[in-house]
Amino acid sequence: MSSTVVEVFSAQDVIKSITRIAHEILERNADGETPVLIGVQSGGTWIAKAIKEALDRIKSDNAILCGAIDAGMHRDDIGMRPVVAAHSSSIPVDLSGATVILVDDVLFTGRTVRAALEALNEYGRPRCVQLAVLVDRGHRELPIRPDFVGKNIPTKATDEVSVSADGVFVEAR
Amino acid sequence: MKHFLDIAEINRESLIELLDLTANMAEINRRPVPKVPALRGKVVATVFFEDSTRTRISFDTAAKRLSADVMGFTASASSINKGESIRDTIETLEAIGVDAFVIRHKSGGVPATVTKWSDASIINAGDGANQHPTQALLDSYTIREHFGGQDLTGLRIAIVGDVRHSRVARSDIQAFTKLGASVTIVGPSTLLPSDVTGWPVEMCHEFDSVIGDSDVIYMLRLQRERMNSAFVPSLEEYAQRFGLDKSRVNRMRAGSIVMHPGPMNRGVEMCVDPAEISNSLILRQVTNGVSARMAVLFKLLGAGGIPEGEG
Repeated sequence: MSSTVVEVFSAQDVIKSITRIAHEILERNADGETPVLIGVQSGGTWIAKAIKEALDRIKSDNAILCGAIDAGMHRDDIGMRPVVAAHSSSIPVDLSGATVILVDDVLFTGRTVRAALEALNEYGRPRCVQLAVLVDRGHRELPIRPDFVGKNIPTKATDEVSVSADGVFVEAR
Repeated sequence: MKHFLDIAEINRESLIELLDLTANMAEINRRPVPKVPALRGKVVATVFFEDSTRTRISFDTAAKRLSADVMGFTASASSINKGESIRDTIETLEAIGVDAFVIRHKSGGVPATVTKWSDASIINAGDGANQHPTQALLDSYTIREHFGGQDLTGLRIAIVGDVRHSRVARSDIQAFTKLGASVTIVGPSTLLPSDVTGWPVEMCHEFDSVIGDSDVIYMLRLQRERMNSAFVPSLEEYAQRFGLDKSRVNRMRAGSIVMHPGPMNRGVEMCVDPAEISNSLILRQVTNGVSARMAVLFKLLGAGGIPEGEG
């Protein structure tokens, strides 16, 4: 069976979305504390950094902190997949009372976000957590919704979605 | 990977993957709450037919940090004293429900034999003078962490002392050389193996001739409990020829390190207080032991589904 790869988002679109998400984050948190950006390992970390850079360009006070969370040890499918060496968490600050923007590349079933939320708990009790994703592809299996979305992309559950700075690609399977 | 018995069964690629997994676990151990729910509901039984402090506590801690339940078993406080066999003991514990047995025994081959009686994963925590594979993993990790890089390529490691009775030496030699290091075993001929055919090592009977050009000096414990005849003329003479003292430490290469698997015989192979030398990684080994054992437990109990490549 042959498969086709479709570009649904160009490199330019990725940059535009990240910039727009940065503006929306500022708008939403205008009267609150400076948010802390936490990328979900591994796909979300570069996007978190890119959003931080966009925020720094807008605000130019370099006050935004950026970290990474590894959700691998909190997943609900441990024992169902092969074990591979994963990534590390690096949280720059105690999250108690903080506004956290959790950042991932693709929102799909919501299970990774659930695991990431649980992993975050061990670094303090944030005042609130907001979710930013570059792509929402649907097919949620848990009651989780994003606060900031780059693009909604309708997919089949079997499709493969890949995201990088070069764009967003959907491979039908 | 179902069992973890012998470094010989693990290829270089899998070894590096376990080292990377150990690094992940080390990061968890540095968190404010060093505990993750990964192995919730799994039961790990530590079955020790031989005495141990660090290995047992280390496995116990590793299992708990992954949220597994731990079933402790000590032969000296069990029905072994009433004549119950190892097989009956294992089958009894398995009937209660065990996902992994961590086994130490004074005879080589016991953990491998237990795999025939049990469906659980078996982890060798030291069998006689045969193997101690988690020690080799934590030692390799400690060296890699110190010197950096992906493996141990180019490092010169001297393993000094009672190699003949040492399962640590056997596992370490296999792991270190698979990872690219060159290993020299150092000791009196009575304490080196009588036949090293097929061992990827150099042999040397003079500690002083390797001290200046080794990156790692790995001191072994003189295993007096395994000696049934006189292997050394006297402890004093052994200490003088093969003990690590201040003067030998001073002659070590710049940047080189001292390791020891513990427990130490002070005044025998360790004639210097490790707390007084700046290049001892002995306590680092203990710390890393928890991370390495978490990696092994997670690798064996956290996997499933799609079959993986094995070495």
